[in-house]
Parts: sequence; C-alpha cells; structure tokens
Amino acid sequence: MDILRNLASFLADSVRLVFRGNRAYRIWVAVLLVLMAAGGLAYANQLRHGLIATHMRDQVSWGFYIGNFTFLVGVAAAAIMLVIPAYVYDWEPIKEITILGEMLAIAALVMCLGFVMVDIGRPDRFWHIMPLVGRLNWPQSMLAWDVLVLNAYLLLNWFVVTYLLYCAYTGKHYIKKLVLPLVLLSIPMAVSIHTVTAYLYNGLAARPFWNSAILAPKFLASAFCSGPAILLILLQILRKTTPLRIKDEAIFKVAELMAYTMGFNLFLTAAEAFKEFYSNTEHVVFSQYLYFGLKGHTTLVPYAWASVACGLAAFLLFLIPKTRTNWVTLNLGCVLIYSSVYIEKGMGLIIPGLTPDALGEIYEYRPSTTEIFVAAGIFATGFLVFTLMLKAAVPIMLGQHTMGKGHPAPAEPLDPAP
Amino acid sequence: MPSLATRSRFPAWGLGLLLGLLPPALRAQAPPARGGDGSMPEGIQVPKPPFSEGIFPCTSCHDGKSMKVNPTPRPLTAMHDDIVLKHGPASRWCLDCHDAQDRDKLHLVSGEKIDFTVSYRLCGQCHGDKYRDWRVGVHGKRTGSWNGQKQYLLCVNCHNPHSPHFKPLKPMPPPVKPDRIQAWKGGAR
Amino acid sequence: MSETQDPRSAGSPAGCEGCGSGTSRRAFLGTAVAAVAGALVGCNNDHVEDFLQHNFRELSKAEVEEMIARLEREYKAQFGREVHVGNEPPLPGVIFGYALDLSRCIGCRRCVHACVQENNQSRDPQIQWIRVLQLDKEEGVDLRHADQYYDPPEVPEEGHFYMPVQCQQCKKPPCVKACPVGATWREKDGIVVVDYNWCIGCRYCMAACPYGARHFNWGEPHLPVEDLNPDTHLLGNRPRPKGVVEKCTFCIQRTRKGRYPACVEICPTGSRKFGNLLDPQSEIRYVLENKRVFKLKEDLNTQPNFFYFYGV
Repeated sequence: MDILRNLASFLADSVRLVFRGNRAYRIWVAVLLVLMAAGGLAYANQLRHGLIATHMRDQVSWGFYIGNFTFLVGVAAAAIMLVIPAYVYDWEPIKEITILGEMLAIAALVMCLGFVMVDIGRPDRFWHIMPLVGRLNWPQSMLAWDVLVLNAYLLLNWFVVTYLLYCAYTGKHYIKKLVLPLVLLSIPMAVSIHTVTAYLYNGLAARPFWNSAILAPKFLASAFCSGPAILLILLQILRKTTPLRIKDEAIFKVAELMAYTMGFNLFLTAAEAFKEFYSNTEHVVFSQYLYFGLKGHTTLVPYAWASVACGLAAFLLFLIPKTRTNWVTLNLGCVLIYSSVYIEKGMGLIIPGLTPDALGEIYEYRPSTTEIFVAAGIFATGFLVFTLMLKAAVPIMLGQHTMGKGHPAPAEPLDPAP
Repeated sequence: MPSLATRSRFPAWGLGLLLGLLPPALRAQAPPARGGDGSMPEGIQVPKPPFSEGIFPCTSCHDGKSMKVNPTPRPLTAMHDDIVLKHGPASRWCLDCHDAQDRDKLHLVSGEKIDFTVSYRLCGQCHGDKYRDWRVGVHGKRTGSWNGQKQYLLCVNCHNPHSPHFKPLKPMPPPVKPDRIQAWKGGAR
Repeated sequence: MSETQDPRSAGSPAGCEGCGSGTSRRAFLGTAVAAVAGALVGCNNDHVEDFLQHNFRELSKAEVEEMIARLEREYKAQFGREVHVGNEPPLPGVIFGYALDLSRCIGCRRCVHACVQENNQSRDPQIQWIRVLQLDKEEGVDLRHADQYYDPPEVPEEGHFYMPVQCQQCKKPPCVKACPVGATWREKDGIVVVDYNWCIGCRYCMAACPYGARHFNWGEPHLPVEDLNPDTHLLGNRPRPKGVVEKCTFCIQRTRKGRYPACVEICPTGSRKFGNLLDPQSEIRYVLENKRVFKLKEDLNTQPNFFYFYGV
C-alpha cells in the first residue's frame, strides 16, 4: 500500500513539476506543441489521401520516414555508450549522466515508433503486428524481430529510469542487485536493436547496396558517434540552465570515446567504398548514384560528400586533445558528426538502397511537404517527451524534490552533488 | 545476371524422378500422333483459314476452263496484284504451294494435295522446328484451358503466307512515371 | 477437386502455430474491441467486422464464407454491381509454371493492359502488375540499360528486345519471409498471394522483392464501375483497399478454374506459356526440357517458377 501511495505521489509530483517552469521553458514547450500540431495536421492529410501524399512510390517505397527511423534507432542505441564505462569500469562521473542517456533513448524510441506508425499504409491495423494479439511472422521476418527488440528496449529503459527516479524521490537507495543486471542487460539490448535494424536491410538480397556484411558494424559505429554528440550538447545546456552538475571530465571522456568510434566508422565507410568501386561489379550503381550521380541524376551527391566531409572534420576535431577540450571546437565537432551520421544513416542509406530500383529504373525521390511536416511533428514529440522527462527528473535527481515536497530530502539523493 | 547461354533444366525436386521414369524417346518429345488425314489430335481445334472476303473457293475463277493454267512465273497484274511475295528465295512462285490442277487445295512437295484447313502441314515441310513447337503448343498463341480444351491458331492467322514476317504493332501506352502519379488527380473519391 | 486438400479449414502448415489459442483470444478480443470500436467510430457492423477480421489462414470455413458475404455486400454498395468473390483452393497435383519467350516478345504491352482489366487494378493512381523492359540487344539482359517508358509508333524497335517482368512466383519468396505479419504466403500450387485484409502496408515486402513485382495502393484505388471485372477471387483480383500491397497471382481466379491467365491469352506473338509443372505433357514442361531457359536474377536463389526462354 505504501508503495502505491508513494507511486501516486511520485506521479503527481512529476506532473506538477512538468507544469511549472520559467518563460524560456514555456516558450520551448509551446514551440514544440505548435510543431506537433502542424505535424498532426499534415498526418491527417496523409491519412485522408493515403501515402500518395508523400513522394514515395513503388520505385522508392521507403523514404524520409524510414530514414529518420533508422537514424533514431542509432540514437537510442547510443545510451549504451555512457553505460559501458560507467558500470563496467565503475567510473563515477559518468553515472550521473547515464540516466540522461537512458531518457534520451526513451525519447528516441518514441520517435522511432512514431516514424514506423506514420509510414505504414494501414495504421488501423497496427494491432496485427502486436505480439499475442496479432500474428507476428517471427522468427522469419526481421521486421518482427525489430518490433520485439525495440519495444523490449523501450520498456527496459523506461523501467530503469523510472525506478532510479522513484528511489531518489522516496529517498531510498536503489537496490543495486536489481539495477545493475538491468543496466548491464541494456548493453546487449542496445547492440541488438541496432543490429536487428541493420539486418532488416542487410537481409535483403534484392538490394545489393544493403546486402553487405559490414552494415551492422557500421550501424553500431555510427550510432556511437551520433548519439553521444547529441548528449554532449544537452549536458552543456543542462549545466547552464539547471543546478545539475556535470564534470568537464565526464564530457571529455565521452568525447574521447567518440573519437575512436568515429575513426572506426570512417574506416568502415572506406572499406565499403573500396569494395564497391574497385571490384566495380554491376552492383556499383547504387554507390555511384550516391557519390557521383547516375545518368544525370545527382540529387544525393552533395549530401553524400557533405556527410563524408563532416565526418572527417569531426574526427580530426575529436582526435586532437586540444580541440576536443575546447568548447567551441568540441561543439562544432558534435554538430558536424551529427550531420554526417544523419545524412549517412537516413536518406543516404535508404534512398541509394532503392535507387535504381529492382528493374533498373531511377526515380529521384525527395520528401514531400507532408513528409517534412509529419517528421517535424514527430521530432517535436520526441523533444517534448525528453524535455518533460528532464523537467521532472532533474530536481528529483538533485534531491531538490522528494517525498517531502519541495523540501530537500534528508536521505541521500541518487548521486549526491559534492 | 543470368548468362544467356544457361540452359536451365527443370528444377530438380521431385520432377527429376518423374522424368526419369519416362522412356527417353517420349521425353525427347515427338508431335502427338495424328490421324492420316492430317487433322490435329483430339482436343485441339484449329480455326478456319483467314481468307480475304469472297476469295474462296478459288475454283470459282480458277475452274480450269475459262482460265487456263499459266505455269510461267511472272508479276501478277490483272488479279492478286496486292500480293507481295516475300517468302524465302526469289524463285518462290504461287504454284509451289497452290495446286495448279485443283485450286481449292494446296500441295506438299510429295505431291499430296491438302486442304487449306491443314495448311500447317505445308508450312511444316520447311519450318519443321516451328511446326513441332506449334503442335505442342509452344510456338504461337493458345487460348482456352491449360488443362483441357485449347484453341490453336493456324500459322497463317499470324503470318501472312506470302509475306510471313510478323508485322510491327503500335505499342499500348507506357506506364505513368512515378513523379506523375499524384493524389487528387482524377478526383476519385 | 478440393477433396484431397483443403487448406481453407486447416490453415497452411506454416500458419498453425498458436491457432488454437488464437480462436479464444479472438473471441475475447472480438467482444471487447467490437464494443469499443463500434462506439468510437459509430460505424456499421461490417466496418467493425472488417477491423476485427483475422488473418485469412486462421479463419474457419464458416468465417471465410462470412468474410466473402461481407465483401460482396461492400462491393455491391461501392460499385452498385454484383461482384462474385470466389475462393477456389489450389488444384491437387498442380504447381503453376510460366515461361516467356524473349525471342518473340515485341514489347507491345497488350499483356500489361489486359492484366489491368482482368485484375481490377486501380486506374488512377495507376497500378500495373506487368512491367515491360526495353533492353539493348548489344547489352543483353542488363537492367542498367532497361527502359520501361519507350513509346515509338511501332514495336519492336531496331536493336532492342523486350522483357516483361511480373511476379516470378518464387519457390523461395523473399517477400513472404519479409512480411512481419504473415499477410502474404505461397499457396500449394505455387502462387504467392496477399491477404488484403491483413496487410498493414509496411512495404517491407516491396523492398525485399528483387523483381519490382509488388505494388502499393498509395492512394484510394479508383476503378470505374464500367471497367470492373466482377468475377474475382478472394486472394486475387477482388477490388483492393487503400494502403495495401498487391501483385500478380497468375490470374488465380482464372487459372484455378483451368483457364489461361489473361496475359497469355492476349499476347499476339504467343510469347507467353503457362501450365502445370507437374504434368510432363504440359507446354511449360516442353519449354523447360527443349528450350534454352534462364531465370531472372538466378543468383539470388529465389527459385522462380517463372522462366524466360529463347524459342528460336
């Protein structure tokens, strides 16, 4: 009964926290709500007319939505990047930001599911894909696998985050025997969501651009660059706007780890490019379309090279200790690597995989206005979820907001600030 | 991409066994047995020859009395001047196929007279491979039932015997390009 | 003809896991959701039934009959015409095979349009199950040189040959493997079909198909009443809803009744051959045994039952 009462009070207080905030917070939330409304309207239009409101067609049957989905799976997987050093090496400073990484994962997964939902032609039949109620073609279909692992990962992260916050809120210390195995489990889970998503494409012999064994490792490498890049910037914002203390040391450590994964990511890109262009089989057309254009169709070319250039520049900025520990160059590097991976794992993966199509036709896909608005709405939803979670979590984590309601708790918070 | 020269035999499963049971002679195929009169075996129907309007029977003009047989190859001027003979060597001539004595018949190289309804026997003298394929339903078009009654066409339904090359056709409209497939166009529902 | 095997009541072998529990689950779900759905949408019983319709392979014979009756009612309301929705099962001892003579096809697209007419494809937005590729004689079967949009006054064009591509009815269909909800499967006679009432429209099968054979209803399909072919099959040419995938079924509504597919009958050059692969006397077997045959993208091991051959 106590637990129930505590939970109810935890929830009520969280909601109360979310509804309070300064002007900047209110404006930010309002902007997100407006974007969500715009996305909602665009989606209503798409529902009425069908996916013909997008620019996807039989030739390029997946586009902007699935590209964003793929990228965001990488962001969700990146929480692992913070969990590994924190828990495996028991390295203190990262622990306090681990929970932020997991919240980021939750927000990313919400966006992932949103993008899948808007991409399917019959959202009214969504229950067909739900385990037990519907009819999941498991284990044959990689998409069925993806549904399972993504939802499991979402549940896991949601549980850990909620539990840790609840403990901090009630002033009790969390049960390490419960949390540690779950957090350790989230490491293979994070790897699995990204691996399964890579296999989703990898397993299609019909699309030689995707049908490469290097795809899953490349997904992981790029995820471990882009996910932390978002987090590094967020951490700096949080230090400025909230009393949350995050040590420089923690940020620089993450940046160092990112340098290695970036190097590896670039190496994998080069390995794939070598194989395609040197062997020069008929399968080279997809890479040709991406990097050089095909038969005068060059839509993707500037993006492809921008991705390579941003990736290289970010790698150098993160590799050199001097630029890695300089806030300007560090943040520049974050933006660069984020852009690089966003292009590479989004449109740069999906579109050339389907262009030319299975019968050699080139249809130059560009997202329609509807697609862009719907995507903006989903991103806004994800940001809102993340913002609200942070809004409630930060004071609780800091021990400013506990059972005593507003009074600093006598018991030690999650991670006592020094 | 498959090599053009691949001679892909039928997939192995089960069928290899079935095939193995058949004597090689049967497998090598042979035209189905037919009656001595040249009619097709049971179940295969052949349409009437595609004569021009009012031209048959030929003996209504070529009765052998009012019009004598002129066996000399020459350009036709009075009648049949619409016929362009573009079939095989230049020495080809009407009476190679049409029977001079009985104009309502064709004749084979052996001299055997045959009806126009079995003209495929005449064609088959030179085009043996096509004839063989046609008999089993592989050369030319079949309609009807894949496991029962089939309608055949005569060679001359598709190939003008005087100028047998298959005539080019106007293609039907190409598909709409993907960027032209739009919502709201046509305003359906 | 269906006594020896009737997969309708039994469900296909692949589709049996959880069948038993499925029924009680469905019953429970049915009562629970029907009330909610009905109340929410305020729509009639048929719509609720539509929403709750389970996967075709899990339906009992009676449920299939109910489904057909409902569909026929819906089509009647939509088109103002009687539409017959058939449910002929696979013929025992039959696996369909198809062969297309590349040396004779002239690319006239008669097959494309006959198919559209027979199979009730949407006219606008346009959906066509057959794609005719114009290829260079110098390049051979190389899809990098393929053109689907050729439109000269006359075909064939000098220096070109033509290759129509449609569903290859693979023995190892990658689309079936890909589908996350089991809405598409291979029937005993080798025809790969789609349950239009179960497909969620994720289009993973389209990404998986190496032949571009699957087509999506991007918008509300528009089929003028006068163009409607009222003789349909549940898993074939019945009018489709928006947001689902469709494909060639070898004219399942014709071929399961012994008729040739529409594309075979229309072809003016007789390039299209069809029959039972298990019948040694069939045309298709003659082609396979006597002609130079190849399978498109043979290296992918999809094992099509659709063959290309050189008749000359």
